[in-house]
Amino acid sequence: MALTDSQPRTRREARRKLGPYGRVQQAINELDERVGIAKGGRSLLDKIFPDHWSFMLGEIALYSFVVLVATGIFLTLYYVPSSAQVVYHGVYKPLDGQRMSEAYESTIDISFAVRAGLLMRQVHHWAADVFVGSIVVHMARIFFTGAFRKPRELNWTIGITLLILAILNGFIGYSLPDDLISGTGIRIAYSILLSIPFVGTYLAFFLFGGAYPGHIILERFYIVHVLILPLIIIGLIGAHLGLLVRQKHTQFPGRGRTEHNVVGSPLFPQFAAKTTGFMLMVTGVLGVLGGFAQINPIWQFGPYEPTKISYAVQPDWYMGFLDGALRIMPSWEFTAWGHTIPWEVFLPAVVFPGLIFNICLAWPMIERRFTGDYEIHNLLDRPRDRPKRTAAGAAMIALLFTVFAASSTDVLANYFHLSLNAVLWFFRIAVVVAPILAGLVTWRVCIEMQRVPGAVQRKRAMIVSRTPEGEYVAVPAEPRPGDEQLELEPEPVPLRIELEPEPVGASATTAPTDEPGVRRVTR
Amino acid sequence: MSEPEEPRAAGDEDDSVTAGGAGGAGGGTRDGHRAAVALLPAVRADDPHLADAARHPRRVEAIVGLCFLVGIAGVAAFGGAFVENADTQVLAGTLFVGLFFLGFGLTAWGKYLMPQGPFVEERHPLESSARDRQAMAAALVERTGIVVKRRKLLGGLLATGLGIFGIVAAFPLLRSLGPKPGSTLFKTNWKKGSLLVDYYGKPVHRTDMQVGGLLTVFPEGKESTLTAQAVDQAVLIRVQSTTLVTMKGRGDWSPDGYVCYSKVCTHLGCPVGLYEQELELLVCPCHQSMFDVRDGAFPVFGPAPRPLPQLPIYVDSEGFLRAREGFDQPVGPGFWERTTEGNGKASAT
Ligand code: HEM
Ligand code: FES
Repeated sequence: MALTDSQPRTRREARRKLGPYGRVQQAINELDERVGIAKGGRSLLDKIFPDHWSFMLGEIALYSFVVLVATGIFLTLYYVPSSAQVVYHGVYKPLDGQRMSEAYESTIDISFAVRAGLLMRQVHHWAADVFVGSIVVHMARIFFTGAFRKPRELNWTIGITLLILAILNGFIGYSLPDDLISGTGIRIAYSILLSIPFVGTYLAFFLFGGAYPGHIILERFYIVHVLILPLIIIGLIGAHLGLLVRQKHTQFPGRGRTEHNVVGSPLFPQFAAKTTGFMLMVTGVLGVLGGFAQINPIWQFGPYEPTKISYAVQPDWYMGFLDGALRIMPSWEFTAWGHTIPWEVFLPAVVFPGLIFNICLAWPMIERRFTGDYEIHNLLDRPRDRPKRTAAGAAMIALLFTVFAASSTDVLANYFHLSLNAVLWFFRIAVVVAPILAGLVTWRVCIEMQRVPGAVQRKRAMIVSRTPEGEYVAVPAEPRPGDEQLELEPEPVPLRIELEPEPVGASATTAPTDEPGVRRVTR
Repeated sequence: MSEPEEPRAAGDEDDSVTAGGAGGAGGGTRDGHRAAVALLPAVRADDPHLADAARHPRRVEAIVGLCFLVGIAGVAAFGGAFVENADTQVLAGTLFVGLFFLGFGLTAWGKYLMPQGPFVEERHPLESSARDRQAMAAALVERTGIVVKRRKLLGGLLATGLGIFGIVAAFPLLRSLGPKPGSTLFKTNWKKGSLLVDYYGKPVHRTDMQVGGLLTVFPEGKESTLTAQAVDQAVLIRVQSTTLVTMKGRGDWSPDGYVCYSKVCTHLGCPVGLYEQELELLVCPCHQSMFDVRDGAFPVFGPAPRPLPQLPIYVDSEGFLRAREGFDQPVGPGFWERTTEGNGKASAT
């Protein structure tokens, strides 16, 4: 084809060449001719997202990760990953003349000398806490509704891996400022590595490049924190969401919802608008947390020195369960045949989390073992309809919550004027009793809830009014449309969307055709 | 070239009108891709949550517009605050107002001004036909059979090569990360005659401390490097009690009521930084292990499994404190290679 033939001569011709949808059409044509995106792309725009609120939890995780990456990149511009010792003479006067590492100095500078630096630091820290928190809650929703069942076991596994990596990266990031508290955390991590039988000392020495603290650990933590783990996390999130698109969302049972469809809002424009708005709101909330709720004020803790310790040694919340487990473990060190196994460390800090995460990873398999259910499930369970699973989940939550609370034995003892010993024994007993109790109670409650008739019906509002005589009467309110009709029937995804909303009355007539092939639907 | 608008069969339109999601009558799925059909009024008045918005779209538009205006003011103010290098709170406040209101407006736009279904999409089974699966398995098994089985030697050689590379690669990736632990964990810098100095390098004289006092000490010359501090740190205490319980053979380790213990907690290595003077207990703030100073620093509470190793000290001719010897056992938390030596319980002598 000669070039001149396709050269438009008039503007009209040029416009016609662009096609009915103008430049967008042209761009799509260009792309489609090369990589063939139109069919899949259209299909993606129509991907349906269920409207239930619990599907937002994963989004919180996703958007706090976005915030983490954005604020993290800012921080890398100023942070110096070096344990070289310097004497501080910066803007923060109380620390003037103190010996500290360059890492600590640069973090102090970020907090006081860099424009918006403190905001970025605190938002980054808050985002990390929210990130892990929302993953956990998201995971709970997946668990209690049975969304992990076939065919989604792989995505469950990816999710748990993400959780582990998020916790790990949180801990490593927390260590980077090299302040007194985080340095103590590194010391504890080193000792936990030492406690592993056979290979522990080698692992510790390889990671730290020699005996603790050495002078390479911050540099290593830095590259792991800003590059290696984030890349893995990004890859796994990609796989997580890719599988989600391929397998499509689960949904709660309801009118018009079956195992063979998904009901909700299409990606474009409804879901895109809502979720982008949600992303902005999450970012805004993290911003306000970072600006107003002080977190990790390292200038108060002072620089790390191996001989010093702060009284209030508290890790970030997601490490609390390890700290608590370490506290309530009796001091059972095993020594024989010239070797030592520090069970008092190895059991609570290595075996315990290993067990918890492995049970989580294996849960879809474990449950299948018990139920013999190898079917594909796209409809979610109501937690009360699966009393045993729900009870198991509640027991796990109770266990983790108990060990988490045990991480503040000293604070509790002080606050309630109890002996530390009493508090300690309380938690040692609670760690066994609480999960059993929580499991049994939950199981019972589920059974009871199944028996409540009409549990799915929406309650009619009651209007309580006071008569002039002072008597109160309760009258049921007028039924509202939603009371009879719990849910609307789903519609196929529209080919086009009309921009102007119709007044209510107008659309209730039989639809005239505006354009060939397009009809307005009557309801 | 794909057509911008699909030619449509009459039947489809009927589908869209009846639109029962359940059986998948709507959203015909000819040749696998979606061909959805309906054009809906923007918001459905029959959804109780949305009825108000459907009746008064202008009102919703006004609210969304207002949100956007506030949001614009917010982000602009954030820019201004940044230029002015304003306080963290101002930065955060403006950022919040900007992003939150833009986001809120956008979400409201999506929820109240865009057509709300619920819309339905069909789910197609992901699995392939049994034939396809078999074909794939066959391709793998049969081809491997043809290619590899006949040339076992070649396959073996290749596997050997890759295997060796795997092992060799572990050296740069793992082995060269750090030295072998060797005897490092068994050693400190304390040795026979080491002068006890404080944090600033000043030697400790027998008259320096009050009864009940406590000082962190190091072997002279090693007080300023972190790695040395981490293992050498020791607490020197001048105990009040006259009844010091010592282990057998430690009778002369504590001259003039001075005792010296490793400061590294035997639980997880935190510095044992708190001293409960009245009870004469050293307390580790990490997990509240308590060590009885009068009784060989034996752990009386908490998860620490062993006493803090004791440093034997003596007073030299000029009255300065010195170490008789190094520690008789590794300091700090337990590890696999640690032997049982020196683990005995303190006993009265
Ligand atoms: C980095 C962390 C994570 C991110 C960013 C993330 C993000 C998401 C998002 C946005 C969805 C869409 C649906 C929803 O919001 O519920 C989703 C679905 C899903 N997530 Fe996650 N998630 C994370 C961690 C996890 C964890 C810890 C688990 C479970 C252990 C998990 C399991 C799943 C499963 C099975 C689905 C598909 C189930 C369904 O469609 O109902 N995810 N994830
Ligand atoms: S480190 Fe001292 S009690 Fe745990």
